[in-house]
Amino acid sequence: MNEVLMDIQNLSKHFIIDTNFFGKPLTALKAVDGVSFTINKTEAFGLVGESGCGKTTLGKILVNLYRPTNGKILFEGKDLTVLNEEKRRSYCKDIQMIFQDPYASLNPRMTIGDIIAEPIVINNLLPKNKVEERVIYLLNCVGLARHQRNRYPHEFSGGQRQRVGIARALAVEPKLIVCDEPVSALDVSIQAQVLNLLSDLKEEFGLTYLFIAHGLNVVKHISDRVGVMYLGKLVEIAPKKELYANPMHPYTQALLSAIPVINPEHKKERIILQGDVPSPINPPAGCRFCSRCFKELDECKLNEPVFKEISPGHFVACHLYK
Amino acid sequence: MKTKDNSNPNENSLQAAEYVEKPESQLKVMWETLRQNKAAVVGLIIIAFLVLIALTVWVSELMGKQILPYDPNYSDMSNAFTPPNSTHWFGTDQLGRDMFSRILDGTKISLFVGVAAVAISLTIGVILGAIAGYRGGKTDTIIMRVMDMMLAIPSILLAIAFMAALGKGLDKAIIAIGLVSIPEYARIVRGSILSVKENDFVQAAKVIGNKSSRIIYKHILPNVISVIVVRATLGISSAVLDTAALGFLGLGVQPPFAEWGDMLGRARGFIFTAPYTLIFPGIAITITVLAFNLLGDGLRDAIDPKSRIK
Repeated sequence: MNEVLMDIQNLSKHFIIDTNFFGKPLTALKAVDGVSFTINKTEAFGLVGESGCGKTTLGKILVNLYRPTNGKILFEGKDLTVLNEEKRRSYCKDIQMIFQDPYASLNPRMTIGDIIAEPIVINNLLPKNKVEERVIYLLNCVGLARHQRNRYPHEFSGGQRQRVGIARALAVEPKLIVCDEPVSALDVSIQAQVLNLLSDLKEEFGLTYLFIAHGLNVVKHISDRVGVMYLGKLVEIAPKKELYANPMHPYTQALLSAIPVINPEHKKERIILQGDVPSPINPPAGCRFCSRCFKELDECKLNEPVFKEISPGHFVACHLYK
Repeated sequence: MKTKDNSNPNENSLQAAEYVEKPESQLKVMWETLRQNKAAVVGLIIIAFLVLIALTVWVSELMGKQILPYDPNYSDMSNAFTPPNSTHWFGTDQLGRDMFSRILDGTKISLFVGVAAVAISLTIGVILGAIAGYRGGKTDTIIMRVMDMMLAIPSILLAIAFMAALGKGLDKAIIAIGLVSIPEYARIVRGSILSVKENDFVQAAKVIGNKSSRIIYKHILPNVISVIVVRATLGISSAVLDTAALGFLGLGVQPPFAEWGDMLGRARGFIFTAPYTLIFPGIAITITVLAFNLLGDGLRDAIDPKSRIK
């Protein structure tokens, strides 16, 4: 159960946004800045954080849409960051992605049958005469009918399109699926359906998920462990139950207090953070959260807190915990 | 009525099953959609008719038979500038040649010039624009600056320069005109690709392990094809007119061969005295261009699954 599938070490992605005349970088946007964590086999690792904190960038690095600036990605013990483009591509079938926007992630000129068949065909996974059978099987897996394979994406609803996106990711039998906010573009009623589908598929195929979301409530449904990101850095990682019961980082506490509770009697202390997220181009010195923290210490502005294990499996980067 | 509906439920379900199992062929669906579009059908019929004329004239020429009412290159100076009448339907030109025969004869050259020149500029322009737009960075800068340099020189001057290097003749003129309009296609394609490549489905295509060339060909180009088709149909008309301009300078079609643009160019001086020498070649060009535009419009809709008629 606790076998490590992916070990991410000190991963960074800096986007150069300004260079001098000779092409030397002047300013960089540090979207992901020194993130380390592991994903175990058959677990769902939830990654939360508000918009612009770098979680999608992180997911896109893992599926080779971006090249990392620094750090290592050990996938089953092999470092993916040192591979050339061609060798890196051979890992595509092991790490797949489900995209956020089901309206933009399907090619409008292809039938959904072709969309699902494409990963099988280009990776030469099955002989040609077996592909159609596999497509029909995948359609059934995600709850679509076989005759729908000859239709185009615009004939489907958002939830159905996201099912197609899931089938496409499943087609190559990946070991890890990066789910980039797969339900945030859907109606609430459809969200639950798609989340349940993802849970069922995880059981059925023994999948591992990196589940990216911007709210803790969605992650709660599906994750085994949860990581919280703020401004390009991980601030806390804990098993789901531990995190929800005992959030340590002030940012996690604030996020948890923002989840609505369906009980009018229940009076909950709502932590409202002041100010906006600082710019990742020029993050604050010391702890990145210190400009908005309600438990700020003098030390926070000076030193960057170390990411350390406070209790078994519970990591936090905060000066409050020694 | 009711009994008829309920008479054979098995048949209905069988039909339904058959529908499920038979995926419609893409080309067949496109053809059906195109056929529903009346304007496109008209365009297609006109083009088919023009091609038929061109082929007939060409084949009969090869066989040494005269099927045109008059020899298109025979000049009868005593009959110059005859207005349209029952013997010369479109009148005669400044050299007394029968306009009707010349226009029919010119179909083959004009059609060929238009299509061939567009084919050259389309192929090279789309490839260059696609690479520039998809790769970005230095590749983009280099390709597009060369295109800008070509655009900075008036196209007819550039075509003359190419002709100077290549030599005289219709084939050289086609190549020159084809090369000159490459930047227009490259620009349009690059722009469309820049907007399409930001879509998630292009990223998805990369995630499943597509190579760049396949992403461009399979995922990006089908989504910019409507722009390309419309531009290409318009390009046919400008290619015909550019050939005329080159011919006028003595670089394109060499006299006495009949070509619509050339006829138009040479008749320019007689616009007030003998307008029919201008009107008929003009009408021929207009009809051709219109036909290609109508067909192009229909093709664009037929290619796009969203606008297909169910």
